[in-house]
Amino acid sequence: MSELLKFLEAESNEARSKFPSFKAGDTINVHVKITEGNKERIQQFQGTVIQRKNPNSNGETFTVRKISNGIGVERIFPLLSPSIEKIELIREGKVRRARLYYLRGRQGKAAKIKEKRSFK
Amino acid sequence: MYNNIIQQKMSGIIGKKVGMTSIFSADGRNVACTLIEAGPCVVTQVKNVESDGYNAVQLAFGERKEKNTPKPLMGHFKKAGTTPKQKVVEFRDFRIEFEGQVDLGKTVNPDGVFVEGDFVDAIGTSKGKGFQGVVKRHGFAGVGGQTHGQHNRQRHPGSIGACSWPSRVFKGMRMAGRMGGNRVKVLNLRVLKIYPEKNLILVSGSVPGAKNSFVILEK
Repeated sequence: MSELLKFLEAESNEARSKFPSFKAGDTINVHVKITEGNKERIQQFQGTVIQRKNPNSNGETFTVRKISNGIGVERIFPLLSPSIEKIELIREGKVRRARLYYLRGRQGKAAKIKEKRSFK
Repeated sequence: MYNNIIQQKMSGIIGKKVGMTSIFSADGRNVACTLIEAGPCVVTQVKNVESDGYNAVQLAFGERKEKNTPKPLMGHFKKAGTTPKQKVVEFRDFRIEFEGQVDLGKTVNPDGVFVEGDFVDAIGTSKGKGFQGVVKRHGFAGVGGQTHGQHNRQRHPGSIGACSWPSRVFKGMRMAGRMGGNRVKVLNLRVLKIYPEKNLILVSGSVPGAKNSFVILEK
């Protein structure tokens, strides 16, 4: 990418730095602002990150998957969207891929991701 | 009515397309936008009604080596007291409010011409597409799969005219041929941001041409 575009996109570094670093396999809780009429409320969406696309660019998005009432639900969020209030890192996962599409075909115990143990 | 047209003076700047990205607007929408490196442009000639028959300002942009510059053009740049430039564009009736700022040899920067929120027109040379058929070039629909069993009919133009009258194909009939590489003007792009320290302009939407190609922005 051109140096001048990098200069422009560096503006969003500040917005990006307020989020914890998370990657595919991690369980996160996304707080999304929702406006209904003139009321604003926060909705939470907790699930497993299955991919992060276009990292470190203005168009970066991430996909969160959860099982809601037995049905798999995936939601794609633009990372820098002003409607994302907060991201909480709940649990770090140990995975060997960047895109966890294989979770889509699995249920229950098969869809489980091992927790990453950090030795401090 | 006529007075209104007279007041619509044009001002503009020459730039180079850097590339595209996206930003979030204040109301939370993700806006596709193009970054343009515009200026510093140098005024290389000022035309007026007395000597040239019309008012115009000629701007030049982009460095060029002296050995690659034709001698007559070199003299033209020397007159303005600048180094040789790559692109020279004339802007008719540069807005009167820039009187004094656009004299011979003066530098024009994007922040002097545009402000954030302006609507500008962008002119560029579109990307060359090569020899293209009628479906891509003119938006023909093809036959939509109704080929009646013929294997190579799907993207063909169909009939190009009648038979014994007129016994010829009319001029201007839309057919396959070279596509792209034309001068294209895109109207009403909003100026989202200006970075005066780097001479950058961020406009909403896309701008014709490849990266690093010249773009003329007009207000």
